[in-house]
Amino acid sequence: MSVPVEVTINGRAYSGEVEPRQLLVHFIRENAGLTGTKVGCDTSQCGTCTVQLDGAIAKSCTVLTVQASGSSVTTIEGLSNGVDLHPLQEAFWNKHGLQCGFCTPGMIMASAELLKNNPSPSREEIRHALEGNICRCTGYQNIVSAVEEAAGAMGGS
Amino acid sequence: MTTRSFGSGIRRREDPRLITGKAPYTDDIKLPGMVHAAILRSPHAHANIKSIDTSGAASQPGVLAVYTGADLDGVIAGMPCAWLLPGSDLKTPEHPAIAKDRVRYVGDAVAVVVAGTRYEAEDALEHIDVEYETLGVVINPKDAAQAGAPQLHDDVENNIAFTWAVAGGDTDAAFASADVTVSDTITLPRLIANPMEPRSAIASYLAAMNELTLWSTTQNPHICRFLTSVVTGVPEHKIRVIAPEVGGGFGSKIPYYPDEAITAFCAMQLGVPVKWTETRSENYLATTQGRDHVEEVEMAATSDGTITGLRTTVYAGMGAYLSTAAPGVPTILHGLMYSGAYNIANISGTIHGVFNNGTPVDAYRGAGRPEATTLIERLVDLTAAALDMDPAELRRKNLIPKFENGHDVATGIIYDSGDYELTLDACLNNADYAGLRASQAAARAEGRLVGIGMATWVEICGLGPSQVAGAVGFQGGLWESAIVRFHPTGKVNVMVGSSPHGQGEETTFAQIVSEELGVPVEDVEIIHGDTDNTPMGWGTYGSRTTVVSGGAIAFASRKIKEKSKELAAHLLEAAVEDIEYEDGTFFVRGSADQAKTIQDIALMANVAWNMPEGMEPGLEASAFYDPPNFTYPFGTHLAVVEVDPETGRIDLQNYWAVDDCGVQINPMIVEGQVHGGVVQGVGPALWEGVVYDDNGQPLTGTMQDYALPRADLLPDINVGSTTTPSPHHPLGLKGVGEAGTIAATPTVYNAVMDALRPLGVNRVDMPLTPEKVWRAINDAKNGG
Ligand code: FES
Ligand code: FES
Repeated sequence: MSVPVEVTINGRAYSGEVEPRQLLVHFIRENAGLTGTKVGCDTSQCGTCTVQLDGAIAKSCTVLTVQASGSSVTTIEGLSNGVDLHPLQEAFWNKHGLQCGFCTPGMIMASAELLKNNPSPSREEIRHALEGNICRCTGYQNIVSAVEEAAGAMGGS
Repeated sequence: MTTRSFGSGIRRREDPRLITGKAPYTDDIKLPGMVHAAILRSPHAHANIKSIDTSGAASQPGVLAVYTGADLDGVIAGMPCAWLLPGSDLKTPEHPAIAKDRVRYVGDAVAVVVAGTRYEAEDALEHIDVEYETLGVVINPKDAAQAGAPQLHDDVENNIAFTWAVAGGDTDAAFASADVTVSDTITLPRLIANPMEPRSAIASYLAAMNELTLWSTTQNPHICRFLTSVVTGVPEHKIRVIAPEVGGGFGSKIPYYPDEAITAFCAMQLGVPVKWTETRSENYLATTQGRDHVEEVEMAATSDGTITGLRTTVYAGMGAYLSTAAPGVPTILHGLMYSGAYNIANISGTIHGVFNNGTPVDAYRGAGRPEATTLIERLVDLTAAALDMDPAELRRKNLIPKFENGHDVATGIIYDSGDYELTLDACLNNADYAGLRASQAAARAEGRLVGIGMATWVEICGLGPSQVAGAVGFQGGLWESAIVRFHPTGKVNVMVGSSPHGQGEETTFAQIVSEELGVPVEDVEIIHGDTDNTPMGWGTYGSRTTVVSGGAIAFASRKIKEKSKELAAHLLEAAVEDIEYEDGTFFVRGSADQAKTIQDIALMANVAWNMPEGMEPGLEASAFYDPPNFTYPFGTHLAVVEVDPETGRIDLQNYWAVDDCGVQINPMIVEGQVHGGVVQGVGPALWEGVVYDDNGQPLTGTMQDYALPRADLLPDINVGSTTTPSPHHPLGLKGVGEAGTIAATPTVYNAVMDALRPLGVNRVDMPLTPEKVWRAINDAKNGG
């Protein structure tokens, strides 16, 4: 059994027939072909699948596509046009906030949410805000520095 | 204008595609007509397979095929062990890609389903009926080696896969004449590497040409091609292995896995591309793990604090089968490092590699060296305590004095260069060690449990001379090669055989070419990860890629410089001896306006209108670099912890690292490697460890139960460095990928033990979970 869905991703409408059990992350990756959003686990622990769903942060492996039908999603590909980088992308680059890059899209999306709610977080607050996103490469320190720098660039301090 | 960036922390050239989500990892790749495989895994740690009925699965929607071990038998060879340790009575029992009649760990492959979608393939797994007869299970590696333990392989007595020994000096005499001896039993927990990208493979087979293409999350595409050829029978020149973007590995993507062979088999049978991607829970069962040591260790010293002897008996869990490099890890990469940073004249170690009913164990970041460093550094602290000496002073007394070109240690290897006291002093100084001890004393007076721990360590890296690899049974070489190619416009491609996956060598390699030939870093593009367009290489592990591939790139660049000089002389109508080079320009000595840039030379060499007699066209060179020795990076790390006596909770408050990895190409990347490495080393000290129940069922089967370091649990790490170049390397490099992981486990463990010392607690098994620490505190209080 398939059901019709329509999800707006990065401003563009994607429609399709999907199984009711399909996870949103699979719709994003398979149906829309936007593979910047990653699957790092199967128990909602890692945060590599983090996107914005109707303006709030969500782990897209915990949402069914049918639940997201009619919603608007922003993924890493929608954060900037890829040439003029978002301040967070720029800061992750400047501060060496990534190594293998697999956690990075989710980290950046989670960081964007933090800065929306708290434009000038302390290092401690950044560490707490990112506790749901696992990075095995960086030891987090440069990610924290990157978020700090982006906060400054975006007008926080 | 200088184009130089060597030695400066420029931003990474690989990052733009990663921060925008545009980099394709294996699971992001979709081929036309591609179908999906899912693997049924054993739910039992040890059982005979009485029967398998796949008919129910075969008739499920979308299912194209179901295969079992019987289908692979005679078609796909057993998984090869590629480190055949000599002189160790090594047993290499058969390891079929899919189990035939017996499973030996939870996760052993039992069958594979291929279907149109991944959902369909996974659904169909539930319709395979397997009848098992369960057998006895053994998990602890020491228990497994005892007579009467359940036997995993019929022809391997007491589950002992090998016994390897290292000896130097006269250890028995040293212990007999010692003023003080200390001993301990150290458990290094079994660890899950946890690269954030799960493993994945896509196989595509063109039967008419007998050509197999394999996309794989591998750290070493050329080894993967070599072993795919051995296992599938497809000739090596007909196989192409592509490692696209790879999301971390930490050793767990070195081995050749059953899953890759199974995926290739399915594609060859069905004639359509097949993808397999593990789930994280599957990764926790089927991806090789690390450590799993039980170490019985002793140290001897004289009353003035001179360490005179080290003796060990180690039981190293191998899991159910010998993975690709497994036998070399607890032996060559472990026992040979028993002298650590110290002069220890008498050393003897016996290492038993033992089969147990767990996931196979292989290299995991540090591979053997964290296990060695932990036991040495723990014994040093125990010795200091026994002699009532300050642990920093005991270390200082025994450190090998500064040496610049070779130092023999009792285990028979020769360290390249070292200045261990330099890093010790730097670290103590950065941390204000005296101040820390004073505040610790004040805290102790208030009854608080504050601890200071340190490790002064050295590691064996930059693997390594191929001749030594052969002598110790490694079934491959350990050299690297590079091709540096100038295009007519002066832009450069560098093809390398190694395969970085997060370590930033697309940047550091470009910095090397830039330094050697004066081209801007932006003009150099590094190509890696595809066996069809890169020269042979042995892979990225063992902190070897920057060192060994970097050496090859330097030598290839120098060949280009020589040729360019000759061509410049010809074009400038001067003698070669009169041509000078500076920063990308060749000029006639004394007349700087008579010059050709490297870009001019690249154009003239490529068009070849006016070449000197006998010179070939083009500006390209390849070089093979086989290092004459290993490299030996070193350092001192120090941590401060406070333990909550009520809850046993440990607060890691401060961490200082001083590393010496020789010359640094990009200090920002070096520092990033130290951060990540330290955090991976803190993991097993405080949180990480696989737990099996008595039936061999993993209780840490998901990310929810296996406690990975998270951002909010860690302090910022204070990183410092010193520079002691490797004397034998063309650029003085030593490597840094594993350093932090090697140092941090003993550093943090020692800190916690130091905190608990006033209570009389001197042994708690890692990981130091609040529960274990709380129990130890209470046992001690109750006079336990
Ligand atoms: S994939 Fe891990 S939290 Fe969603
Ligand atoms: S950069 Fe590799 S997991 Fe974060």
